[in-house]
Amino acid sequence: MDFIQDWGLTAMVFAPLAGVAIMMLFPKDADDTHKVLALLTSLVTAAIGIAVLADFDYDDTGSLQFLRDNEWINVINSRFILGIDGLSVPLIALTLLITPLVIAYSWNHFPEPHNPKAFLSLILVLHTGMLGTFVAQDLILFFVFFEVVLLPMYFMIGVWGGPERQYASIKFFLYTLFGSALMLLSFLALFFLTGGETFSMVELAERVQGMDIARTTQLIVFGGMFMGFAIKVPMFPFHTWLPDAHTQAPTQGSVILAAVLLKLGTYGFIRVALPILPEAAQSWAPWIGGLAVIGIIYGALGCLAQTDMKRLIAFSSVAHMGYTMLGISTLTDFGLNAAVFGMVAHGLITGMLFFIAGSVKERYHTLEIKRLGGLLVSAPRLGWILGFCTMASLGLPGLAGFWGEFPAILAAYQPAEGLPVELFRGYMVVAAIGTVLAAGYLLWLYQRTAFGTVKDEFVDDPNIHDVNGPEWIAWTPLLALILILGVYPNLLFKVSDGSIVNVASQIAAATGN
Amino acid sequence: MFGAAEAAGAVEPGFLLENAYVVPLVMAASFVLTLAIGKRLGKHASWIGIVSIGFCFLFAVGVNVQWYGYVHDSEHAAESHAEDGEESHGDDTEDPAEDEDAARAEDPELPAGDEGALVVPAAEGAGPMVDGESASARGPPTVAAVAEEGEGGGEGHAEYTIEPVTKSVTWWTNGTVEFEVGMLLDGMAVMMLFVVTLISLLVHVFSTDYVAGDRRYTHYFAFLSLFSAAMLGFVMSQNTLQLITLWELVGVCSFALIGHWWEEKPNSDAALKAFLTNRVGDVGLLVGMIILFFAAGQTFDIIEINTLANTGDITHTALLVASLCLLAAVMSKSGQFILHTWLPDAMAGPTPVSALIHAATMVVAGVYMVARMYGVFWNGLVIGGSSINALAVVGGLTVLGGAGLAFVQSDIKKVLAYSTVSQLGYMVMALGVGAWTAALFHLFTHAFFKAGLFLGSGSVAHAVHSFDMKKDMGGMKQFMPKTFWTFVICTAALIGIFPFAGFWSKDEILAGASQLGGDGSYTAFLVVGSIGALMTAAYMTRCIYLTFFGEFRGAHHGEVSHGTEDHPVEEDHLAADSGHGDDLEAAHDPHAGDHGLPHESGPRILVPLYILAGLAIVAGFANIPNSGALSWWPEDFALVFEHLFEPRGGYFPSLTEAGPTGAVFAHPKFDIVIALSSTLLGLLGIGLAYAWYFKGLGPHGITQRNRLAGVGHRILVNKYYFDHLYTGIIAGGVKGPVARATNWFNKHILDGVVDGVGKGAVVGGRFVYETIDQKVVDGAVNGSGYAAEGGGQVFRIMQTGKVQQYGAILFAATVVLAGIFIVVI
Amino acid sequence: MDDLMLNQFLLLSAILFSTGVYGVLAKRNAVIVLMSIELILNAVNINLVAFGAHNGTIAGSVFALFVIAVAAAEVGVGLAMVLVIYRNRKSVDLDEVAQMKG
Repeated sequence: MDFIQDWGLTAMVFAPLAGVAIMMLFPKDADDTHKVLALLTSLVTAAIGIAVLADFDYDDTGSLQFLRDNEWINVINSRFILGIDGLSVPLIALTLLITPLVIAYSWNHFPEPHNPKAFLSLILVLHTGMLGTFVAQDLILFFVFFEVVLLPMYFMIGVWGGPERQYASIKFFLYTLFGSALMLLSFLALFFLTGGETFSMVELAERVQGMDIARTTQLIVFGGMFMGFAIKVPMFPFHTWLPDAHTQAPTQGSVILAAVLLKLGTYGFIRVALPILPEAAQSWAPWIGGLAVIGIIYGALGCLAQTDMKRLIAFSSVAHMGYTMLGISTLTDFGLNAAVFGMVAHGLITGMLFFIAGSVKERYHTLEIKRLGGLLVSAPRLGWILGFCTMASLGLPGLAGFWGEFPAILAAYQPAEGLPVELFRGYMVVAAIGTVLAAGYLLWLYQRTAFGTVKDEFVDDPNIHDVNGPEWIAWTPLLALILILGVYPNLLFKVSDGSIVNVASQIAAATGN
Repeated sequence: MFGAAEAAGAVEPGFLLENAYVVPLVMAASFVLTLAIGKRLGKHASWIGIVSIGFCFLFAVGVNVQWYGYVHDSEHAAESHAEDGEESHGDDTEDPAEDEDAARAEDPELPAGDEGALVVPAAEGAGPMVDGESASARGPPTVAAVAEEGEGGGEGHAEYTIEPVTKSVTWWTNGTVEFEVGMLLDGMAVMMLFVVTLISLLVHVFSTDYVAGDRRYTHYFAFLSLFSAAMLGFVMSQNTLQLITLWELVGVCSFALIGHWWEEKPNSDAALKAFLTNRVGDVGLLVGMIILFFAAGQTFDIIEINTLANTGDITHTALLVASLCLLAAVMSKSGQFILHTWLPDAMAGPTPVSALIHAATMVVAGVYMVARMYGVFWNGLVIGGSSINALAVVGGLTVLGGAGLAFVQSDIKKVLAYSTVSQLGYMVMALGVGAWTAALFHLFTHAFFKAGLFLGSGSVAHAVHSFDMKKDMGGMKQFMPKTFWTFVICTAALIGIFPFAGFWSKDEILAGASQLGGDGSYTAFLVVGSIGALMTAAYMTRCIYLTFFGEFRGAHHGEVSHGTEDHPVEEDHLAADSGHGDDLEAAHDPHAGDHGLPHESGPRILVPLYILAGLAIVAGFANIPNSGALSWWPEDFALVFEHLFEPRGGYFPSLTEAGPTGAVFAHPKFDIVIALSSTLLGLLGIGLAYAWYFKGLGPHGITQRNRLAGVGHRILVNKYYFDHLYTGIIAGGVKGPVARATNWFNKHILDGVVDGVGKGAVVGGRFVYETIDQKVVDGAVNGSGYAAEGGGQVFRIMQTGKVQQYGAILFAATVVLAGIFIVVI
Repeated sequence: MDDLMLNQFLLLSAILFSTGVYGVLAKRNAVIVLMSIELILNAVNINLVAFGAHNGTIAGSVFALFVIAVAAAEVGVGLAMVLVIYRNRKSVDLDEVAQMKG
């Protein structure tokens, strides 16, 4: 057994923290040093990650690999268990990709009040939290990482955010913390219900199956987890923190938030909630599906009413995550695969859209849609990229967004055994109608921002320039991936499929009537 | 799944056939290349596209030639197999029907070819056609023959199957199922390859002149390439998911090209409208395809779905619902009534684009999709056995609705757009009555003459910098005779004058409407089609009159005139473009310096027109029937189109065997009465319009005098008020009040709850702090102190220092304790 | 010794004890208090001896001897303290000896 097999995951998760430690040694005003250090750290992390992913056995994505099982907190039988399977791999890859790009983008896009040291340190801490969440296989460890991401994000919004950052950051923090608290309660309940011996996800799932836990109890425990994850996703009606947080957060924060943080919730559903409590999941599924399709329509309608570009994109997340949740709620391999694809695709596409919004804001100093216009004239490449991303976002086949939506809609036609088929078919139709609305708000946005002529106030603005170096560096990989995954989705489906089939069959076995 | 080799059986498809998938790939590469280096090439950027599409055209021609050989071979092999069958029946006296049943029972999942491997003891019939040479040769298992007298088909050919040429790779995986992407090449795909590449090539050439000097010259050609790639990929789609993908990609190209001059809001509005209307239909497409996916046992494979539909393995309900859902998609893409409204608006794009996309290729995607999934529609809507169905009704409505609107347009392109709507209605109606071949044949001929008409109108507009027939045209015949004659030929083809292309295809549709269907037959649609023919003739005569005859009403050159309709834009660009005065432009464009009267267009515009006009004359001969009054026509030259391009196999309704709906697919015969009457109706239409417009006969001004006529006119001018409904009420409602209400709900109710909870928490916190914390909890802490002190004060009094007192207390306490002790124990 | 006799001894002892307690608590003269304490101790002695006889063991008598010895010592120390207090205050009134007052 070599180092990568044994310690690769651990090294990957904690490498960013090591970087932060090194950055602490340098004074605050050494801006460039910090930038270089942060970028290096993220690249080293990515390198370790790539080494791990290269070593990953893609023919056996269904089982946990790189397992690391150490003693941790003996008092409560919580162990330090890390491991990845086909479900984690895409999300880890996404995280490993996004963070360096965000740091690269930061090179000359620093939000006020500057202070790269603190800002970049926070990003790196976030990085650890995100990676940790995707590799943790112990509920307490998962919870710890899940919460680790909260604080840096809170500070990023609260310090580097827009004019209403205070409100937004506190809302974000408290809202998610509230969910986490309920989630933790559920974790503890599970722990005690199963005899208080383990927090390991795999073992818990087995134990719950072996034991005869009252149905009501299961439902309540699932409800706690649901709150924790649904707020993070966010699902209607728990989404209201999202537009504020996104709108106020600095570009980098928005990108990370959209690209990775939201996925913690959906990932949690697939990784934790469904396998451990399949029967409760089945009872909850129609409700989750219902909220998901409401979210699809509701988010789209919300988008149509927005006057601020960034807020519009934020609202679109509600709709898009609705498709992901609809996929999850079907409890079928189609739906779950779609959900995983949807997570990655949404991360890439919405991340990109936030990048663009940030760049537009930097150039125009406003994101008010009616003041924008003629982006294709003043910054043609930026306009093209925006067009590409809107097309991807509205689920155009051939681009990544489609593969998160279509299989989810498909799955809703025939949900897992035991779910109300007619209801889900209704959901399917509603979700399909949602694609029309999605096209509506995105193209309307595009028409108002990119088409037409430049508004008088910006005609001769020297500030408005086309895409520059750091932006190209940060964006090219994302754009390429949106296209590549769209054209050849099997790259991702093949990876996620193994573990998804496991989850789906676990559910089917547990609920198998 | 169906590897090419296996599918072909013993009949080897040629190299080009097997590799036809490179055609869309070449165009996709052309798109990328044009975008990447087009800017640097300047006006030569178009060469990338032209060379690519030229290559593809040659390739497509090669494919067609090889396909001809392939069909011939398949037929040949079938005949020889029939011979084999004869021999084997000599040895084996078993009832062949049982063989067939057994074969089916063994493998119900057998793909198309095997399904069609019916061996019927009709050896006598096969006899004359057997080729003795190859009789002993290979007896391919997948190509079998049913030799029959040809009564059902009416053309006397042997019933044989033509295996589609397929090739595919894994696209995505779910569970253990792998979904594929690939090509499916059969007759209709081969035919479309030819049509699309040809029209696209001509449009490319035409465009080099037409949009010369445009500021987004490279983007224009890039999107033409992408569009061609998407359309070519679409027609070769191997599965429904690929179909959806390329369908949408086609839509995006349409969006980009309609909005080519996006600086002006009407253009981008039109682009948005086109895309969104198509999206509405796409809901139906998605849902319909999903239903079929599950109904066919989780497969996207087109052949498999159609085969299962034809064998009755998919329930009728599923097929019915699916075909109605798909119909919505057809309505939006192919501009069928009531989702047709985007198509006229799409004329905001450059004219060559209108020719390519909105007449000849993209809009027929819907028709093509129905043709592609015909097994589903055939069985779902019981096309063969009923006398009315949704497809035919929608098509019929569109024929009349579109033609009616064409009368009141003053913009030449809009006349053509509504004419397109109407002609697409014919195609859909033909599919609806079961005249599959007629529909595809009309698609084929219509592509040529409609592209010719659009390009002709572009040629005129290029000269007068306007599309407004009433204001800026008139008398163009004298200025541009060549354009005029091509326009007239294409018009004659559109009207259906013998012997132009439209005559043959439209006649076949009408014959289909009168002869096919269940007991009552689709007679109603024969009437609709005939009235449509009359109207077509009339509005096209009006169009020609307004454009080419009378006095030249054109504005003085260089002065930009806006159309009365909402089409004010393209002419600006035309005017601006010619003013660019780049060398190329000046060379062929004498008017750059001489601002006189309009003049004939240059060769790059005229040559495509000649070619299209030529095709408008001859294309109809591709499918001359040899039945009825034309039964003397030599068989070798008859029904070539049908023979080559109509699919034969289990995935297409059978010509001999009744499907689950009990109907047999049939071909209409030539009917001299219908042919004559439709021609007469066309001539009548021309005559009426001639009388009205040229001679000024008839009650002119009736719309002012007669209220009823006035109302009718107003309804037509307002396009039946559909735009008001869609744009004003539905779209406006959704993005206006509904969206705002949602936002309000979000802001005040949901966020209100959250904020309320937050505020409540703050207020509660303050209460807790001020009341409970400060008074109760802190009070308790302090209180305990006070209590201790107070207690101390009390006890201090007791602390007298008097031992006796202490002793007394001690004693008293002892007594009490003892008492308790005794009582309790 | 039978139960009847034991009762009489216990009664006597109780009377003596009560008298002693009364003396300790009520009398202000330290010497009288000391004497009363002596009464209490002797009441206990009577009890001890009576129970010892009743049970037929000598343990009671042995304890009584101990108590007599300790009582002698106690009286010795007590009288000495009373003498010292008297020397300092010219009084043996216990109410005046209130140094333990808090």
